[in-house]
Amino acid sequence: MSATATRTAYRDALVARMATDPAAVCLDTDTGLFSGVDFGDAAARYLNLGIAEHTLMGVAAGMAASGWRPYVNTMAAFAGARALEAVKIDIAYNALPVRVMATHAGVSAGHLGPTHHALEDLAVMRALPNMTVVVPADADSTVALLAQVAELPGPAYVRLGRKPTPSLPDGAPPPVLGTIQRLRAGEEVVLVAAGPLPVLAALGAAEALAAEDGLDAGVLHAHTLKPFDAETLVAATGRARLVVTVEEHWPAGGLGSAVAEELAERAPRPLLRIAMPDRFVDVVGGQEHIVAENGITPAGVAARVRARLTATDLS
Amino acid sequence: MTALVGAESLQEAALRIRRHIVDMCAGPEGGHLGGSLSSADILTVLYFSVMNIDPGAPADPGRDVFLLSKGHGAIGLYATLAERGYFPVEELATYARPGSRLMGHPVRAVPGVEMPTGSLGHGLALGLGFALSARLAGRASRSFVLMGDGELQEGSCWEAAIAAAAQGADNLVAVIDRNGLQLTGHTEQIAPLEPLADRWRAFNWAVREVDGHDHEALREALASAPWEPGRPSALVARTVKGQGLAMVAGKPNSHYATLTERMHARLVRALQAGDR
Repeated sequence: MSATATRTAYRDALVARMATDPAAVCLDTDTGLFSGVDFGDAAARYLNLGIAEHTLMGVAAGMAASGWRPYVNTMAAFAGARALEAVKIDIAYNALPVRVMATHAGVSAGHLGPTHHALEDLAVMRALPNMTVVVPADADSTVALLAQVAELPGPAYVRLGRKPTPSLPDGAPPPVLGTIQRLRAGEEVVLVAAGPLPVLAALGAAEALAAEDGLDAGVLHAHTLKPFDAETLVAATGRARLVVTVEEHWPAGGLGSAVAEELAERAPRPLLRIAMPDRFVDVVGGQEHIVAENGITPAGVAARVRARLTATDLS
Repeated sequence: MTALVGAESLQEAALRIRRHIVDMCAGPEGGHLGGSLSSADILTVLYFSVMNIDPGAPADPGRDVFLLSKGHGAIGLYATLAERGYFPVEELATYARPGSRLMGHPVRAVPGVEMPTGSLGHGLALGLGFALSARLAGRASRSFVLMGDGELQEGSCWEAAIAAAAQGADNLVAVIDRNGLQLTGHTEQIAPLEPLADRWRAFNWAVREVDGHDHEALREALASAPWEPGRPSALVARTVKGQGLAMVAGKPNSHYATLTERMHARLVRALQAGDR
């Protein structure tokens, strides 16, 4: 398995797109992800606005209303919190085709600490009408989903990491925006995951639960949190003893919430939500370390599933 | 596309706009009276004498763009748009009534409104977006952003001011309705803004100051922007909150008014008598 950061995959894909899509503009907030020379002939369509996230969103809205298709760049912590009102009023309210490309999501900023962690971004972006919310899980899914996001008539939030994360195993069908991707067949325990490390943790856990416990465990990749593919979710979990969500987000409002909401309304199932605990991460660590410390590993997820199934069986 | 209107009829248009503002404040919800009256002359001059616009083609890519960053001045904008021909003047009577598209802050459903505004501190960045769009597309369009002075207490205004100067967006014009009052009192007592013109200069904008009720001075300044190549323009328009009505002029409590039938009649008589 190769390892590439989803933001690196995005950067390369956007540089390529700018060369072929004359309406695309890249608006930056001094993130360091781009330099004007990256874009060659399209350099005039790269604008570094300075460290000004609210202005970034407003400028992008004005440009989108004028016919351009802006890709705006900031860290997830600032897109979803500092600039949220501009995202809500200037972009989402007007349903304008602005792509909010948010790096350093989850705890991928690692040792930089809670000011730079974004564990609330999916909750706030999901709450906004008109917004499409996408969480690629590796470099390939970033490129594939970005190509589909580029065609949307309205706004999108794309959650990206910072450092390299491993690729998903080969063999899965290409991701289709708005559709849950089945990564592993299995009906007894169904794990639903989003984001690079949670998806890998879910895949590893399913394998362990199958090999060691004889459970028929499947994995769904929910890369699009809004609109959420409730149909596939309901269909794939009809025989499940337990549905499990795994995400790098606080418990409120993210993937676990989306799944809970859909199942509660349409087809209630036993549900276990595995997320980052409801607190700030105040110890130093890289992304993998922090995520692992909080049980988002193959072994950690498998252990939580076993404990829950045992408790259920005993009750 | 621009309608060039003479001095006398600019006065008449401004008076009709003020009359509509007063009428809307007598509706079921009242309205932002003082700040709408303070910016009425600025809007009149922009829409009737300065901007390159065509009410019959409000989305023409070559148009000049106007953004009411002080979105609470919506009734003034609606009155101006109606008088300029974007929608029938009769529709103003629906303001704030159920089912109307004329909300308390501007919305895109209203012909001529470019963007919804009203949460303060958004307009300048939006205007910069339109200005940069025009420049990238090689169009001569200008963006005019009307800002409240109290609004400048929002940090996002200055964030956008820095970015606009850095981008050399000289097709962006900020007009500051400097009436000196905000909801609860004087700006200089609540969160001082002076020296206001110097602040804009320090942000590397070209700056002029003008009597915001002097149509000819407004027209000259706005029509001639950009004043310096490579710099955005800020026009500090010194205005009086409630201008046009001696009974409310300069009073903080003119900020929002729900006029009784009797008060409405008094203000209409005062407007007609030219009691300023």
